[in-house]
Amino acid sequence: MAGALTERADTLSWGRYPHTRQTMIRCHDRHAVLPATERLLLPFGNGRSYGDSCLNDGGTLLHARGLDRFVAFNPQAGVLHCEAGVLLSEILELVVPQGWFLPVTPGTQFVTVGGAIANDVHGKNHHRAGTFGAQVRAFELLRSDGSRRRCSPTENPDWFTATVGGLGLTGLIVWAEIQLRRIANSWITSETIRFHDLDEFFAMSAASDRDYEYTVAWLDCSSGGAALGRGLFIRGNHAPALCAARPRPSAGRLNVPFVPPFSLINRWSLRAFNTVYYHRQWGDAVRRIMHYAPFFYPLDRVRAWNRIYGRSGFLQYQCAIPTALGHAAIREVLERIARSGTGSVLAVLKIFGAVPAVGWLSFPRPGVTLALDFPNRGPATFKLLDALDAVVATAGGAVYPAKDARMSGARFREFFPQWHHFSEYIDPQFSSSFWRRVMRD
Amino acid sequence: MRKVLIVGASSAIAEAVARLFAAQGDMLYLAGRRAEALEAIAADLRVRGAARAQTEVMDANTIERHAALLDNADAALGGLDTVLIAHGTLSDQAVCQKSVALTFQELHTNALSVIALLTLVATRFEAQRSGMIAVISSVAGDRGRQSNYVYGTAKAAVSTFLSGLRQRLHKSSVHVVTIKPGFVDTPMTRGFPKGLLWAQPERVARDIVTAMEKGKDVVYTPGFWRVIIWIIESLPEKIFKSLSF
Repeated sequence: MAGALTERADTLSWGRYPHTRQTMIRCHDRHAVLPATERLLLPFGNGRSYGDSCLNDGGTLLHARGLDRFVAFNPQAGVLHCEAGVLLSEILELVVPQGWFLPVTPGTQFVTVGGAIANDVHGKNHHRAGTFGAQVRAFELLRSDGSRRRCSPTENPDWFTATVGGLGLTGLIVWAEIQLRRIANSWITSETIRFHDLDEFFAMSAASDRDYEYTVAWLDCSSGGAALGRGLFIRGNHAPALCAARPRPSAGRLNVPFVPPFSLINRWSLRAFNTVYYHRQWGDAVRRIMHYAPFFYPLDRVRAWNRIYGRSGFLQYQCAIPTALGHAAIREVLERIARSGTGSVLAVLKIFGAVPAVGWLSFPRPGVTLALDFPNRGPATFKLLDALDAVVATAGGAVYPAKDARMSGARFREFFPQWHHFSEYIDPQFSSSFWRRVMRD
Repeated sequence: MRKVLIVGASSAIAEAVARLFAAQGDMLYLAGRRAEALEAIAADLRVRGAARAQTEVMDANTIERHAALLDNADAALGGLDTVLIAHGTLSDQAVCQKSVALTFQELHTNALSVIALLTLVATRFEAQRSGMIAVISSVAGDRGRQSNYVYGTAKAAVSTFLSGLRQRLHKSSVHVVTIKPGFVDTPMTRGFPKGLLWAQPERVARDIVTAMEKGKDVVYTPGFWRVIIWIIESLPEKIFKSLSF
């Protein structure tokens, strides 16, 4: 878009696996057409997708971070119009002091608006608000044939449905208009409650989802047997105007300055971390008023935390399982992980609400979702994840493409039966490592 | 509140500086060649807090438009106290060596148009006995190198002109800042392999605004370039001429 600026890049996704080679062209001008090249293109935002959905081996990435201008903001209505490369963190800096907040936010604020739409990301309030795509009033889609489409639920609705959750394959999202949510201040009233097993988690979720806008749970998945499914349940709301306390966001940022030669996460460190974390609070329930940053984005404090898994990187695994079979399937997944001894540092469990999905490839569905990360130990890890796929498939669930680097094509097509319909909307010059992989076998 | 004219406002460094001004609620008048790009930047700056952000499409090489530009900026902002000159092109040295016309054109863009504009701004600020003039020169102007001496010649002219101007305007309380960026990762430098010496425009912009606020005269950005340039400048010509960088 800024002319043909090509440079070689050894770009990694957030999971630092797989390793691919592609060129990168940076976009700066929202009025420009796509660069003239024979190669296959894929939009790239801030590189926070975990697997290969943001990579394009042998092709070219359209680096969209340079599309980082605001277009308009209406502080009365809370409608923000901005280019697609703007980070959610940049939006928060602009709108929080003016009494607005993102209506839906994922667990990191360092994703672009375009990436949030293309992966139809969700947050701790999915049970209330649905996905990010449900907050998008309109966006513009630029295709390789030079055409531009304004897409919204009412204008070009089929293109809207294809592009929300469409993994960047339908064209480049150039700008978007989002409806923000009112807040009185930047604080969250939160409660952290210990639960001892999955039954308690499900009961706590059912009791909390009505009165709390945000709910999520951290799970200790290094413990099997009687301790299987124990964890901490976290729920919260935006604080009222007359907030009882006004804590500051934690000042310091940490960093992992280099990639260690091997993963710092292993059976022992994992067990120790999980045990300490589970027992980190004295009482069974702790209430506190927090700044929104540590509540929504605890990991953003540690820059480049993804390096702790060493050179081989790691694999995220997030599945969603429909309510009816959710409980049993999650139990089986956890038992298999505990048996494998691989464990996951950050296991996150949440109930998805019944708000209908926006995109054909949107991942969230009513039920329960579990997210885990595993150090990449080669075939053993892949074998375990294949086994988890089978459990998820039997229960009628799905695995999240934004976090995937390894599911088979057959599984993907089983999880996302609308893929065939969706594929008619793919730009003929667009593709990704992920898409070629799941279309192959 | 500053009342700022930025010439070459769609350059990456200028845009990054303008964002820092906008965040302080300043008034901005943006001049550049591309209407759509300027409008997009102005809209962004208004959202970011600029009290005003207006644009004028003009080519700095059209010298006869300079006086009108200053008048228009002055009228639009109700006065003018800061001018940032940031336009320029990265000359293609190889082509320049075969074309006197291109060499002259590059010198016109990067030196003569800047000098012409500065002459008018200086008179204006001298008369109002206040003002801040910041100009983006380059480390390339500190010593001519075979890889980019046409660009370097233009920047050397600008730096020298600014040095004299600073002395002249000092007694009128007009401040002149010479900004010497090293390698900056912008659309202008696309196609260059980027290494450790490369800086982001946001970093350079912070240095520029700090230099303006602290009243510095000559600023290298990032700061380590002062050391690199000191080393390069202290090499005897006898040795320097045989080097290949």
